Amino acid sequence: MEEKEILLMKGNEAVAHAAIRCGCDGYFGYPITPQSEVLETLSLEKPWETTGMVVLQAESEVASINMLYGGAATGKRVMTSSSSPGVALMQEGITYMAGAELPGLIVNVQRGGPGLGTIQPSQGDYFQSTRGGGNGDYNVIVLAPASVQEMADFVDLSFTLAFRYRTPVIMLSDGVIGQMMEKVVLPPFKPRRTDEEVRLECPWAVTGMRGRSKNIITSLELDPSAMEQHNLQLQKKYQTIRENEVRYEEFLTDDADYLIVAFGSASRIALKSIEICRQKGIRVGMLRPITLWPFPTARIAELAERVKGILSVEINAGQMVEDIRLAVEGRTPVNHYGRMGGIVPAPDEIVDAIEKMRK
Amino acid sequence: MANNQEIIKPENLVYRKPRLLNDNPMHYCPGCGHSVVHKLIAEVIEEMGLEEKAIGISPVGCAVFAYNYIDIDWIEAAHGRAPAIASAAKRLNPEHLIFTYQGDGDLVGIGAGETIHALNRGENIVIIFVNNAIYGMTGGQMAPTTLMGMKTSTCPYGRQANLHGYPIKLTEMAAMFEGTCYVTRQSVSRVAYIRRAKQALRKAFEYSMQGRGSSLVEIVSTCSSGWKLSPEASNQWMEDNMFPYYKLGDLKDVKS
Repeated sequence: MEEKEILLMKGNEAVAHAAIRCGCDGYFGYPITPQSEVLETLSLEKPWETTGMVVLQAESEVASINMLYGGAATGKRVMTSSSSPGVALMQEGITYMAGAELPGLIVNVQRGGPGLGTIQPSQGDYFQSTRGGGNGDYNVIVLAPASVQEMADFVDLSFTLAFRYRTPVIMLSDGVIGQMMEKVVLPPFKPRRTDEEVRLECPWAVTGMRGRSKNIITSLELDPSAMEQHNLQLQKKYQTIRENEVRYEEFLTDDADYLIVAFGSASRIALKSIEICRQKGIRVGMLRPITLWPFPTARIAELAERVKGILSVEINAGQMVEDIRLAVEGRTPVNHYGRMGGIVPAPDEIVDAIEKMRK
Repeated sequence: MANNQEIIKPENLVYRKPRLLNDNPMHYCPGCGHSVVHKLIAEVIEEMGLEEKAIGISPVGCAVFAYNYIDIDWIEAAHGRAPAIASAAKRLNPEHLIFTYQGDGDLVGIGAGETIHALNRGENIVIIFVNNAIYGMTGGQMAPTTLMGMKTSTCPYGRQANLHGYPIKLTEMAAMFEGTCYVTRQSVSRVAYIRRAKQALRKAFEYSMQGRGSSLVEIVSTCSSGWKLSPEASNQWMEDNMFPYYKLGDLKDVKS
């Protein structure tokens, strides 16, 4: 068996290396803490000399996301990364991509808000990511990595999903996962697609009007009945995604009396809390949503039938807890525990929150 | 009665609509310059044999539906973002002809940032900038290029410096950037101007395909509906008022 090289690096660096390795055609980004290492690593690696991948520092996040729009329109695998305030600026481009059904990857290494907020970690962009974020009725697939390994692995997965459904995909990381160094095995090298492969895979793309009638990439339709049809078709696609792409991981849920639901770095902290609870004789398990949209609604509803309570642990004021309550529909009590503004909850605080539920 | 096909024999044909310009009825107002500029673009792409390589990027504004009239591949942009879209499309597809088609509000107003940076990076794209000093599609509001004293629905007493600032000459700015290779200002109100505008578009497309840098072709144009003048009076008003401020001619040509 081939021995895999284990490396030690930051989540942000892993994203950059994974992008080069998984046939990414272009990266467009603007510096912002805590994710600047993505653009820095790509600039240092200069993949334009090896795989031919384009790397461009844009003048703003608005430009970055529109560069994604332009690249994706030509059928290319394109990505950007940013942090919360920068992703807020990108929302215009994301809704245009959703409307025009363009694939692309947006990595959000979240920091505390609102406004300029802080450069410390947060999960405050859950609502923005899972509710569309821009104008109009749309959703984007949201993947939440909980390790440096997942930040690397989710690059290729994001592109696969983005092209399968012609939709933007957000990788919703945070300042903890982006900045911390961990062991990682980088994905194997995969060449970029040739122009002919792009033409075959993306017959909708603007690749030059050769051997077919013209292609138009647009989100505009002035005729309301045609626009409604377009919306209905989008909603049908979202339903297909809900049915096929829900991803989550369970930890000690078989005998659990209490269930923690947590994603990303909050789920890593919660693992320690579960260990402490179990030492105290409290049987706690965890469900970690990997896709925040589509949300693991059905599985949480099942688990709600047999636990005494659910605690949503988030690094925010309580955002995912709303989706949990929608899933649970009153079957069991649902509480939230979170910290904000760049403060990350400690394991003991989560244990206290579980103990409060038992009273 | 002979039909058209019988009358227009190859030996009798002196002029025809470019093949890439289809028969869809245009939504532009009578006298509007867009239709002429569309025709010139279609002609030049056809004459250069670039129809399989051309990707146009249409703006938000009156020309949003440019893709309905010229039969090449098109991307419809968010308001003002066409130069960013074009930058990526060209870098990822360097063999293609990538051009944007933008109005004054799109290019000089909301998209000034994207425009300046794309030109300054020397992206091998062509920006076609139709300047009629008003927001046409939304019904005649003040544009960044609205002339001093000119009346629009949002400066109904005339543009005043203390309230609205001054009209921007973005084309003059573009000529300053190291990244631009060809910057010119043209018009399409007379046959002679139309011919020159076509030559300018051809040169810009050629430079782009040669990878020489960014080109900006401004077309000073009219808006009969927004200006509330007849098409003929609009042309006269443009020549009397726009041309003295937005002077026609090449501002930069790396060759010269």
